Amino acid sequence: MKLKQLECLLGHLQQFSNPKAENSFDDISNKVVADFGCGCGTLGAAAALLGAEQVIGIDIDSQSLGIASMNAENLELDIDFVQCDISNLGWRGQIVDTVVMNPPFGTRKKGADIDFLFVALKVASEAVYSLHKTSTRDHVKRAALRDLNASSAEVLCELRFDVPQLYKFHKKKEVDIAVDLWRFVPKRSRGENINVGVRCPLD
Amino acid sequence: MRLLTHNMLSSNIKGVTNGFPLRIEVEKVVEKEVEINHDFLRNIFPKIDWKAFSDASRIMGYVELPEEAPEPSVLESDLEFLRKFHHALLELHLEEGALVCPETGRKFPVNKGIPNMLLHEDEV
Repeated sequence: MKLKQLECLLGHLQQFSNPKAENSFDDISNKVVADFGCGCGTLGAAAALLGAEQVIGIDIDSQSLGIASMNAENLELDIDFVQCDISNLGWRGQIVDTVVMNPPFGTRKKGADIDFLFVALKVASEAVYSLHKTSTRDHVKRAALRDLNASSAEVLCELRFDVPQLYKFHKKKEVDIAVDLWRFVPKRSRGENINVGVRCPLD
Repeated sequence: MRLLTHNMLSSNIKGVTNGFPLRIEVEKVVEKEVEINHDFLRNIFPKIDWKAFSDASRIMGYVELPEEAPEPSVLESDLEFLRKFHHALLELHLEEGALVCPETGRKFPVNKGIPNMLLHEDEV
């Protein structure tokens, strides 16, 4: 994620501190926040800078985690990192308050972003902030409310991302996509151990 | 990896009924001081699996925590306890070592503070 996009994202997150809209600030400040698919740790770092008490970054790729670790150190932030495949995450209950994530958009592996959402809604006790392509808005809302145990699903704002050619499967030099920032609220479970290796029900 | 994170992680190998808590094998522990937040500690306390946490802290070389979880009222007034709770939960880092699945004995290595929980193909 480019710094410019992060600034835009943070700007939107900070806007929502009036009583009418959901108070996003309360979801981060003094809370335990997990960044799913953290990559280089940008979102987690943002959460830490916004006052999260503890941040845990989870990603499958060791190179990204190495960079994330270095970034956290350079910013003098205290972030724990775990290398793991989200779909196989073994986690004990809803101890994390908030999950923030910029999941893979499901271009290469269909439904990857919904898989991430499935796990996030099992792990978070208060809120999940997630980015999904605007073109999938109806599908995401339906999946979240009907299948993934969300008690609410709201688009906070729409952003435009310039995605540069980063991966081998990217065909164009740069692409401009419309992305929704969502806030989901999970239904609370009764505090049992959760092993989240169950296949996403939408597969 | 802090003990707060350890208190949430479990083994998710195929066939394992209860993969929590992961046993800790220590090669290197690092202490990093971090500012104490009493309210945060009071909020997180009921969510912590105390036995797993106090056992883990002992393995990491810190013996000050009681084996039994104290009454929540202790957190209101006992600053000394809060300090010990804070230290064990957030200031002790497993830098090198391993996390071990309690049922299969499979070791998940921890390098530079990052546990590698990736499963092999036959464990999924």
